[in-house]
Amino acid sequence: MNILFAFLIIASLGLLLGMGLALAAKKFAVEKDERAEQILAILPGANCGACGYPGCSGYAGALSSGKAQNGLCSPGGAKTSALVSKILGIADGGAGERMVAFVHCRGNNELTKRDFQYEGIEDCSAAHMLFQGESSCKYGCLHLGSCIRVCPTNAIHRDEKGNVSVDPDACIGCLKCTLVCPTKVIRMIPARGSHAIACNSHDPGPVVRKICQVGCIACKICEKKFPDSGCTVTNFLSDIDYGKPMTQIADAALACPTKCIVEAR
Amino acid sequence: MAYVAIFITYIFINNFILTQFLGLCPFIGVSKNSESAIGMGMAVTFVMGIASIITWLVYNLLLLPLDLAYLQTLSFILVIAALVQFVEMIIQKNSPALYQALGIFLPLITTNCAVLGIAIMNITEGYNLMESFSAGIAAGIGFTLALVLMSNIRERMDLHPVRKAFKGVPIAFISGGLMALAFMAFDKALLTNLLG
Repeated sequence: MNILFAFLIIASLGLLLGMGLALAAKKFAVEKDERAEQILAILPGANCGACGYPGCSGYAGALSSGKAQNGLCSPGGAKTSALVSKILGIADGGAGERMVAFVHCRGNNELTKRDFQYEGIEDCSAAHMLFQGESSCKYGCLHLGSCIRVCPTNAIHRDEKGNVSVDPDACIGCLKCTLVCPTKVIRMIPARGSHAIACNSHDPGPVVRKICQVGCIACKICEKKFPDSGCTVTNFLSDIDYGKPMTQIADAALACPTKCIVEAR
Repeated sequence: MAYVAIFITYIFINNFILTQFLGLCPFIGVSKNSESAIGMGMAVTFVMGIASIITWLVYNLLLLPLDLAYLQTLSFILVIAALVQFVEMIIQKNSPALYQALGIFLPLITTNCAVLGIAIMNITEGYNLMESFSAGIAAGIGFTLALVLMSNIRERMDLHPVRKAFKGVPIAFISGGLMALAFMAFDKALLTNLLG
Protein backbone atom coordinates (compact mmCIF):
# COMPACT_ATOMS: atom_id res chain seq x y z
CA MET A 1 0.00 0.00 0.00
CA ASN A 2 2.77 2.33 1.04
CA ILE A 3 4.82 1.62 -2.07
CA LEU A 4 1.79 2.28 -4.28
CA PHE A 5 1.37 5.63 -2.59
CA ALA A 6 5.00 6.57 -3.20
CA PHE A 7 4.67 5.50 -6.80
CA LEU A 8 1.60 7.66 -7.27
CA ILE A 9 3.24 10.70 -5.72
CA ILE A 10 6.33 10.51 -7.91
CA ALA A 11 4.26 9.78 -11.01
CA SER A 12 1.97 12.74 -10.43
CA LEU A 13 4.94 14.99 -9.72
CA GLY A 14 6.46 13.89 -13.03
CA LEU A 15 3.17 14.41 -14.83
CA LEU A 16 2.80 17.88 -13.38
CA LEU A 17 6.30 18.91 -14.39
CA GLY A 18 5.82 17.34 -17.82
CA MET A 19 2.67 19.33 -18.42
CA GLY A 20 4.40 22.48 -17.27
CA LEU A 21 7.19 21.81 -19.75
CA ALA A 22 4.72 21.18 -22.56
CA LEU A 23 3.09 24.53 -21.88
CA ALA A 24 6.47 26.26 -21.73
CA ALA A 25 7.52 24.62 -24.99
CA LYS A 26 4.48 26.18 -26.66
CA LYS A 27 5.18 29.57 -25.20
CA PHE A 28 8.89 29.60 -25.98
CA ALA A 29 8.69 27.81 -29.31
CA VAL A 30 11.39 28.89 -31.76
CA GLU A 31 9.81 28.96 -35.18
CA LYS A 32 12.05 27.28 -37.71
CA ASP A 33 12.07 28.08 -41.40
CA GLU A 34 12.42 24.96 -43.51
CA ARG A 35 14.20 26.89 -46.22
CA ALA A 36 16.81 28.02 -43.72
CA GLU A 37 17.68 24.40 -43.01
CA GLN A 38 17.83 23.59 -46.72
CA ILE A 39 20.18 26.52 -47.28
CA LEU A 40 22.29 25.49 -44.30
CA ALA A 41 22.77 22.08 -45.93
CA ILE A 42 24.05 23.76 -49.10
CA LEU A 43 26.41 26.25 -47.48
CA PRO A 44 30.00 25.03 -47.13
CA GLY A 45 29.83 24.81 -43.33
CA ALA A 46 33.16 26.57 -42.82
CA ASN A 47 31.54 29.01 -40.34
CA CYS A 48 34.16 31.52 -41.48
CA GLY A 49 32.04 34.66 -41.17
CA ALA A 50 33.04 36.11 -44.56
CA CYS A 51 29.37 36.89 -45.21
CA GLY A 52 29.24 39.09 -42.12
CA TYR A 53 26.87 36.79 -40.21
CA PRO A 54 27.75 34.61 -37.21
CA GLY A 55 28.44 31.32 -38.95
CA CYS A 56 26.62 29.50 -41.72
CA SER A 57 23.42 29.06 -39.71
CA GLY A 58 23.26 32.81 -39.12
CA TYR A 59 23.59 33.50 -42.86
CA ALA A 60 21.04 30.79 -43.71
CA GLY A 61 18.55 32.35 -41.30
CA ALA A 62 19.13 35.84 -42.70
CA LEU A 63 18.80 34.57 -46.28
CA SER A 64 15.52 32.75 -45.66
CA SER A 65 14.00 35.76 -43.95
CA GLY A 66 15.10 37.98 -46.82
CA LYS A 67 17.42 40.11 -44.72
CA ALA A 68 20.63 39.10 -46.43
CA GLN A 69 21.79 39.40 -49.99
CA ASN A 70 22.56 36.26 -51.94
CA GLY A 71 26.14 35.71 -53.11
CA LEU A 72 27.95 36.84 -49.97
CA CYS A 73 29.35 33.38 -49.33
CA SER A 74 32.89 33.52 -50.71
CA PRO A 75 33.86 29.89 -49.92
CA GLY A 76 30.77 28.62 -51.76
CA GLY A 77 31.18 30.96 -54.72
CA ALA A 78 28.92 30.97 -57.76
CA LYS A 79 27.77 27.37 -57.26
CA THR A 80 26.31 28.01 -53.83
CA SER A 81 24.65 31.26 -54.80
CA ALA A 82 22.94 29.52 -57.76
CA LEU A 83 21.61 26.77 -55.47
CA VAL A 84 20.45 29.28 -52.87
CA SER A 85 18.60 31.34 -55.47
CA LYS A 86 16.84 28.15 -56.60
CA ILE A 87 15.56 27.46 -53.07
CA LEU A 88 14.46 31.01 -52.43
CA GLY A 89 13.07 31.49 -55.92
CA ILE A 90 14.95 34.74 -56.44
CA ALA A 91 17.21 35.85 -59.24
CA ASP A 92 20.77 34.62 -58.99
CA GLY A 93 22.88 37.67 -58.33
CA GLY A 94 25.97 35.59 -58.91
CA ALA A 95 28.95 35.64 -56.66
CA GLY A 96 31.57 38.32 -56.84
CA GLU A 97 34.96 37.51 -58.24
CA ARG A 98 36.85 34.91 -56.21
CA MET A 99 39.42 36.68 -54.10
CA VAL A 100 42.30 35.06 -52.27
CA ALA A 101 44.58 36.37 -49.59
CA PHE A 102 48.17 37.20 -50.46
CA VAL A 103 51.05 38.09 -48.17
CA HIS A 104 52.58 41.20 -49.75
CA CYS A 105 56.05 40.64 -48.28
CA ARG A 106 58.99 38.42 -49.05
CA GLY A 107 61.30 39.71 -46.34
CA ASN A 108 62.71 37.56 -43.58
CA ASN A 109 65.44 37.82 -40.99
CA GLU A 110 68.15 37.14 -43.60
CA LEU A 111 66.95 39.61 -46.20
CA THR A 112 65.63 42.36 -43.94
CA LYS A 113 67.46 44.22 -41.18
CA ARG A 114 66.22 44.04 -37.63
CA ASP A 115 66.17 46.86 -35.10
CA PHE A 116 66.16 44.45 -32.18
CA GLN A 117 65.31 40.87 -31.37
CA TYR A 118 61.77 40.20 -30.17
CA GLU A 119 61.44 37.55 -27.49
CA GLY A 120 57.84 37.60 -26.35
CA ILE A 121 54.64 35.69 -26.79
CA GLU A 122 54.15 34.33 -30.27
CA ASP A 123 51.52 36.72 -31.47
CA CYS A 124 51.81 39.35 -34.20
CA SER A 125 49.66 41.95 -32.43
CA ALA A 126 51.77 41.66 -29.28
CA ALA A 127 54.98 42.02 -31.28
CA HIS A 128 53.53 44.95 -33.21
CA MET A 129 52.78 46.83 -30.00
CA LEU A 130 56.51 46.88 -29.25
CA PHE A 131 57.95 49.48 -31.70
CA GLN A 132 55.86 47.96 -34.52
CA GLY A 133 57.88 44.76 -34.54
CA GLU A 134 61.52 43.77 -34.59
CA SER A 135 62.07 44.29 -38.32
CA SER A 136 63.45 47.63 -39.53
CA CYS A 137 60.66 47.59 -42.12
CA LYS A 138 57.48 48.50 -40.28
CA TYR A 139 55.19 47.54 -43.17
CA GLY A 140 56.11 43.90 -43.61
CA CYS A 141 55.25 40.51 -42.25
CA LEU A 142 56.07 39.88 -38.58
CA HIS A 143 56.49 36.12 -39.14
CA LEU A 144 54.80 35.16 -35.87
CA GLY A 145 51.89 33.45 -37.59
CA SER A 146 48.76 34.96 -36.04
CA CYS A 147 47.16 34.52 -39.47
CA ILE A 148 48.10 30.83 -39.52
CA ARG A 149 46.21 30.29 -36.30
CA VAL A 150 42.99 32.01 -37.40
CA CYS A 151 42.84 30.41 -40.87
CA PRO A 152 39.84 28.04 -40.87
CA THR A 153 41.19 25.95 -43.76
CA ASN A 154 44.90 25.83 -42.82
CA ALA A 155 45.72 27.54 -46.10
CA ILE A 156 48.56 29.63 -44.64
CA HIS A 157 52.01 28.18 -44.16
CA ARG A 158 55.37 29.36 -42.89
CA ASP A 159 58.60 27.98 -44.34
CA GLU A 160 61.82 27.38 -42.42
CA LYS A 161 63.06 30.92 -43.16
CA GLY A 162 59.93 32.41 -41.63
CA ASN A 163 58.26 33.50 -44.86
CA VAL A 164 54.48 33.22 -44.66
CA SER A 165 52.49 32.32 -47.76
CA VAL A 166 48.85 31.58 -48.58
CA ASP A 167 47.87 28.57 -50.67
CA PRO A 168 45.49 30.20 -53.20
CA ASP A 169 43.68 26.92 -53.90
CA ALA A 170 42.90 26.32 -50.22
CA CYS A 171 41.98 29.94 -49.47
CA ILE A 172 38.22 30.47 -49.13
CA GLY A 173 38.42 34.27 -48.96
CA CYS A 174 37.02 34.65 -45.46
CA LEU A 175 39.20 37.73 -44.71
CA LYS A 176 40.06 36.49 -41.22
CA CYS A 177 43.83 36.75 -41.79
CA THR A 178 43.50 40.26 -43.23
CA LEU A 179 41.69 41.35 -40.10
CA VAL A 180 44.11 39.80 -37.63
CA CYS A 181 47.28 41.08 -39.35
CA PRO A 182 48.51 44.21 -37.53
CA THR A 183 50.57 45.53 -40.47
CA LYS A 184 47.82 44.73 -43.02
CA VAL A 185 50.44 43.06 -45.17
CA ILE A 186 47.88 40.39 -46.09
CA ARG A 187 45.42 41.79 -48.62
CA MET A 188 43.02 40.20 -51.05
CA ILE A 189 43.88 39.81 -54.74
CA PRO A 190 41.73 38.25 -57.49
CA ALA A 191 42.33 34.52 -57.75
CA ARG A 192 42.88 34.84 -61.53
CA GLY A 193 45.78 37.25 -61.03
CA SER A 194 49.03 35.67 -62.18
CA HIS A 195 51.37 38.06 -60.37
CA ALA A 196 51.37 40.18 -57.26
CA ILE A 197 53.61 42.79 -55.65
CA ALA A 198 55.44 41.12 -52.77
CA CYS A 199 56.08 44.33 -50.85
CA ASN A 200 53.99 46.55 -48.63
CA SER A 201 56.55 49.26 -47.81
CA HIS A 202 55.74 52.91 -48.39
CA ASP A 203 59.27 53.91 -47.35
CA PRO A 204 61.22 55.90 -50.03
CA GLY A 205 63.51 53.83 -52.28
CA PRO A 206 66.84 54.65 -50.53
CA VAL A 207 65.39 53.68 -47.15
CA VAL A 208 64.06 50.37 -48.48
CA ARG A 209 67.44 49.71 -50.14
CA LYS A 210 69.16 50.10 -46.79
CA ILE A 211 66.92 47.77 -44.77
CA CYS A 212 65.56 45.17 -47.18
CA GLN A 213 66.95 43.31 -50.18
CA VAL A 214 63.57 42.34 -51.63
CA GLY A 215 61.46 45.47 -51.13
CA CYS A 216 59.93 47.74 -53.74
CA ILE A 217 62.30 50.69 -54.21
CA ALA A 218 59.82 52.66 -56.33
CA CYS A 219 62.17 52.78 -59.34
CA LYS A 220 59.11 52.88 -61.64
CA ILE A 221 60.69 50.50 -64.19
CA CYS A 222 57.52 48.38 -64.19
CA GLU A 223 55.34 51.42 -64.73
CA LYS A 224 57.41 53.19 -67.40
CA LYS A 225 59.00 50.39 -69.44
CA PHE A 226 56.00 48.08 -69.31
CA PRO A 227 52.89 50.26 -69.59
CA ASP A 228 50.71 47.22 -70.23
CA SER A 229 51.83 45.44 -67.07
CA GLY A 230 49.12 47.10 -65.01
CA CYS A 231 51.68 48.39 -62.50
CA THR A 232 51.55 51.92 -61.15
CA VAL A 233 53.80 53.33 -58.46
CA THR A 234 52.04 55.46 -55.88
CA ASN A 235 53.44 56.58 -52.56
CA PHE A 236 56.73 54.70 -53.13
CA LEU A 237 55.00 51.36 -53.73
CA SER A 238 54.11 49.61 -56.96
CA ASP A 239 50.60 48.28 -57.23
CA ILE A 240 48.94 46.10 -59.84
CA ASP A 241 45.57 47.11 -61.26
CA TYR A 242 43.99 43.72 -61.95
CA GLY A 243 41.33 45.34 -64.10
CA LYS A 244 43.92 46.13 -66.79
CA PRO A 245 45.08 43.60 -69.44
CA MET A 246 48.41 42.85 -67.66
CA THR A 247 50.01 41.43 -70.81
CA GLN A 248 53.53 42.61 -69.94
CA ILE A 249 53.49 41.62 -66.28
CA ALA A 250 55.80 38.60 -66.75
CA ASP A 251 58.43 40.84 -68.43
CA ALA A 252 58.04 43.44 -65.74
CA ALA A 253 58.59 40.75 -63.12
CA LEU A 254 61.87 39.80 -64.83
CA ALA A 255 62.98 43.42 -65.10
CA CYS A 256 62.22 44.35 -61.49
CA PRO A 257 65.61 45.03 -59.86
CA THR A 258 64.59 43.67 -56.46
CA LYS A 259 62.34 40.95 -57.90
CA CYS A 260 59.43 41.97 -55.79
CA ILE A 261 56.88 41.27 -58.55
CA VAL A 262 56.27 37.57 -57.94
CA GLU A 263 54.02 34.88 -59.31
CA ALA A 264 50.90 34.65 -57.24
CA ARG A 265 50.37 30.97 -57.85
CA MET B 1 24.01 38.02 9.47
CA ALA B 2 23.05 34.41 8.75
CA TYR B 3 22.64 35.25 5.06
CA VAL B 4 26.05 36.94 4.85
CA ALA B 5 27.54 33.83 6.42
CA ILE B 6 25.77 31.63 3.88
CA PHE B 7 27.06 33.71 0.98
CA ILE B 8 30.65 33.73 2.21
CA THR B 9 30.46 30.02 2.95
CA TYR B 10 29.22 28.94 -0.45
CA ILE B 11 31.22 31.39 -2.55
CA PHE B 12 34.61 31.03 -0.88
CA ILE B 13 34.84 28.50 1.92
CA ASN B 14 32.76 25.72 0.40
CA ASN B 15 33.22 26.70 -3.22
CA PHE B 16 31.49 23.93 -5.14
CA ILE B 17 34.20 23.44 -7.72
CA LEU B 18 37.41 24.32 -5.95
CA THR B 19 36.70 22.92 -2.49
CA GLN B 20 34.02 20.30 -2.90
CA PHE B 21 35.00 19.23 -6.44
CA LEU B 22 31.41 19.04 -7.67
CA GLY B 23 30.53 19.93 -11.26
CA LEU B 24 34.02 19.56 -12.72
CA CYS B 25 32.68 18.64 -16.16
CA PRO B 26 31.62 22.16 -17.21
CA PHE B 27 34.60 23.57 -15.28
CA ILE B 28 36.90 22.03 -17.89
CA GLY B 29 34.44 21.90 -20.78
CA VAL B 30 33.05 25.45 -20.89
CA SER B 31 36.06 27.38 -19.60
CA LYS B 32 37.78 27.93 -22.97
CA ASN B 33 36.53 31.51 -23.29
CA SER B 34 35.17 33.89 -20.70
CA GLU B 35 31.99 34.79 -22.59
CA SER B 36 30.53 31.31 -22.57
CA ALA B 37 31.89 30.80 -19.03
CA ILE B 38 29.81 33.75 -17.81
CA GLY B 39 26.78 32.47 -19.71
CA MET B 40 27.18 29.01 -18.24
CA GLY B 41 27.67 30.47 -14.77
CA MET B 42 24.47 32.51 -15.09
CA ALA B 43 22.50 29.48 -16.26
CA VAL B 44 23.81 27.32 -13.40
CA THR B 45 23.19 30.08 -10.84
CA PHE B 46 19.63 30.46 -12.08
CA VAL B 47 19.00 26.71 -12.00
CA MET B 48 20.58 26.38 -8.54
CA GLY B 49 18.51 29.23 -7.08
CA ILE B 50 15.18 28.02 -8.48
CA ALA B 51 16.02 24.38 -7.78
CA SER B 52 16.74 25.26 -4.13
CA ILE B 53 13.31 26.79 -3.73
CA ILE B 54 11.38 24.06 -5.50
CA THR B 55 13.24 21.15 -3.91
CA TRP B 56 12.76 22.73 -0.49
CA LEU B 57 9.02 23.04 -1.18
CA VAL B 58 8.81 19.51 -2.51
CA TYR B 59 10.66 18.13 0.49
CA ASN B 60 8.90 20.09 3.23
CA LEU B 61 5.39 20.29 1.85
CA LEU B 62 5.14 17.01 -0.01
CA LEU B 63 7.64 14.41 1.10
CA LEU B 64 7.85 15.14 4.84
CA PRO B 65 4.07 15.25 5.55
CA LEU B 66 3.56 12.06 3.55
CA ASP B 67 6.50 10.37 5.29
CA LEU B 68 8.29 9.78 2.00
CA ALA B 69 11.64 11.44 2.81
CA TYR B 70 13.46 8.45 1.31
CA LEU B 71 12.28 9.60 -2.14
CA GLN B 72 14.28 12.80 -1.74
CA THR B 73 17.02 12.09 -4.31
CA LEU B 74 14.64 10.69 -6.91
CA SER B 75 12.17 13.56 -6.74
CA PHE B 76 14.96 16.16 -6.70
CA ILE B 77 16.42 14.75 -9.89
CA LEU B 78 12.98 14.92 -11.48
CA VAL B 79 12.53 18.55 -10.50
CA ILE B 80 16.03 19.56 -11.63
CA ALA B 81 15.66 17.81 -15.00
CA ALA B 82 12.41 19.66 -15.70
CA LEU B 83 13.98 22.95 -14.62
CA VAL B 84 16.98 22.54 -16.90
CA GLN B 85 14.68 21.79 -19.82
CA PHE B 86 12.85 25.00 -19.04
CA VAL B 87 16.05 27.05 -18.85
CA GLU B 88 17.19 25.50 -22.12
CA MET B 89 14.01 26.68 -23.82
CA ILE B 90 14.43 30.20 -22.51
CA ILE B 91 18.05 30.44 -23.62
CA GLN B 92 17.30 29.00 -27.05
CA LYS B 93 14.57 31.56 -27.50
CA ASN B 94 16.37 34.59 -26.12
CA SER B 95 20.03 33.98 -26.92
CA PRO B 96 20.70 31.52 -29.75
CA ALA B 97 24.40 32.43 -29.72
CA LEU B 98 24.78 31.47 -26.06
CA TYR B 99 22.73 28.34 -26.75
CA GLN B 100 25.24 27.30 -29.40
CA ALA B 101 28.26 28.21 -27.31
CA LEU B 102 27.07 26.13 -24.37
CA GLY B 103 26.16 23.21 -26.62
CA ILE B 104 25.91 19.88 -24.85
CA PHE B 105 26.86 21.38 -21.48
CA LEU B 106 23.48 23.07 -21.14
CA PRO B 107 21.40 19.85 -20.97
CA LEU B 108 24.24 18.38 -18.94
CA ILE B 109 23.38 20.77 -16.09
CA THR B 110 20.68 18.16 -15.43
CA THR B 111 23.32 15.68 -14.36
CA ASN B 112 25.50 18.34 -12.79
CA CYS B 113 26.06 17.05 -9.27
CA ALA B 114 26.54 20.63 -8.03
CA VAL B 115 22.82 21.31 -8.52
CA LEU B 116 21.72 18.10 -6.80
CA GLY B 117 24.42 18.77 -4.22
CA ILE B 118 23.01 22.15 -3.16
CA ALA B 119 19.47 20.73 -3.03
CA ILE B 120 20.49 17.91 -0.69
CA MET B 121 22.82 20.13 1.33
CA ASN B 122 19.95 22.56 2.01
CA ILE B 123 17.98 19.70 3.54
CA THR B 124 20.82 18.28 5.64
CA GLU B 125 21.76 21.77 6.89
CA GLY B 126 18.14 22.34 7.88
CA TYR B 127 17.82 25.71 6.13
CA ASN B 128 14.48 27.48 5.82
CA LEU B 129 13.12 28.57 2.46
CA MET B 130 14.94 31.91 2.20
CA GLU B 131 18.19 30.43 3.46
CA SER B 132 17.93 27.63 0.91
CA PHE B 133 17.38 30.12 -1.87
CA SER B 134 20.37 32.27 -0.87
CA ALA B 135 22.52 29.18 -0.48
CA GLY B 136 21.54 28.16 -4.01
CA ILE B 137 22.35 31.59 -5.44
CA ALA B 138 25.61 31.77 -3.48
CA ALA B 139 26.69 28.34 -4.67
CA GLY B 140 25.91 29.43 -8.22
CA ILE B 141 27.97 32.59 -7.81
CA GLY B 142 30.84 30.51 -6.44
CA PHE B 143 30.54 28.22 -9.45
CA THR B 144 30.56 31.23 -11.81
CA LEU B 145 33.56 32.72 -10.02
CA ALA B 146 35.60 29.54 -10.44
CA LEU B 147 34.52 29.20 -14.08
CA VAL B 148 35.35 32.82 -14.99
CA LEU B 149 38.72 32.73 -13.22
CA MET B 150 39.56 29.52 -15.02
CA SER B 151 38.48 30.82 -18.42
CA ASN B 152 40.62 33.92 -18.01
CA ILE B 153 43.61 31.78 -17.08
CA ARG B 154 43.02 29.56 -20.08
CA GLU B 155 42.63 32.51 -22.44
CA ARG B 156 46.01 33.79 -21.32
CA MET B 157 47.55 30.35 -21.49
CA ASP B 158 46.58 30.09 -25.17
CA LEU B 159 49.19 32.73 -25.96
CA HIS B 160 52.00 30.99 -24.14
CA PRO B 161 54.13 28.14 -25.35
CA VAL B 162 52.98 25.03 -23.49
CA ARG B 163 54.66 21.68 -23.88
CA LYS B 164 52.80 19.40 -26.24
CA ALA B 165 52.07 16.80 -23.59
CA PHE B 166 50.45 19.45 -21.36
CA LYS B 167 48.54 21.39 -24.02
CA GLY B 168 44.79 21.78 -23.52
CA VAL B 169 43.08 19.79 -20.79
CA PRO B 170 46.13 18.54 -18.82
CA ILE B 171 47.44 22.05 -18.12
CA ALA B 172 43.85 23.11 -17.34
CA PHE B 173 43.58 20.42 -14.69
CA ILE B 174 46.92 21.42 -13.20
CA SER B 175 45.86 25.09 -13.05
CA GLY B 176 42.55 24.00 -11.55
CA GLY B 177 44.45 22.10 -8.86
CA LEU B 178 46.58 25.13 -8.07
CA MET B 179 43.47 27.29 -7.85
CA ALA B 180 41.93 24.79 -5.44
CA LEU B 181 45.09 25.02 -3.36
CA ALA B 182 44.73 28.81 -3.27
CA PHE B 183 41.10 28.50 -2.19
CA MET B 184 42.22 26.45 0.82
CA ALA B 185 43.16 29.82 2.30
CA PHE B 186 39.44 30.42 2.86
CA ASP B 187 38.30 28.35 5.82
CA LYS B 188 35.90 28.51 8.72
CA ALA B 189 38.34 30.71 10.64
CA LEU B 190 37.73 33.44 8.06
CA LEU B 191 34.03 33.34 8.83
CA THR B 192 34.52 33.58 12.60
CA ASN B 193 37.00 36.43 12.15
CA LEU B 194 34.66 38.33 9.87
CA LEU B 195 31.41 37.85 11.70
CA GLY B 196 32.59 37.07 15.21
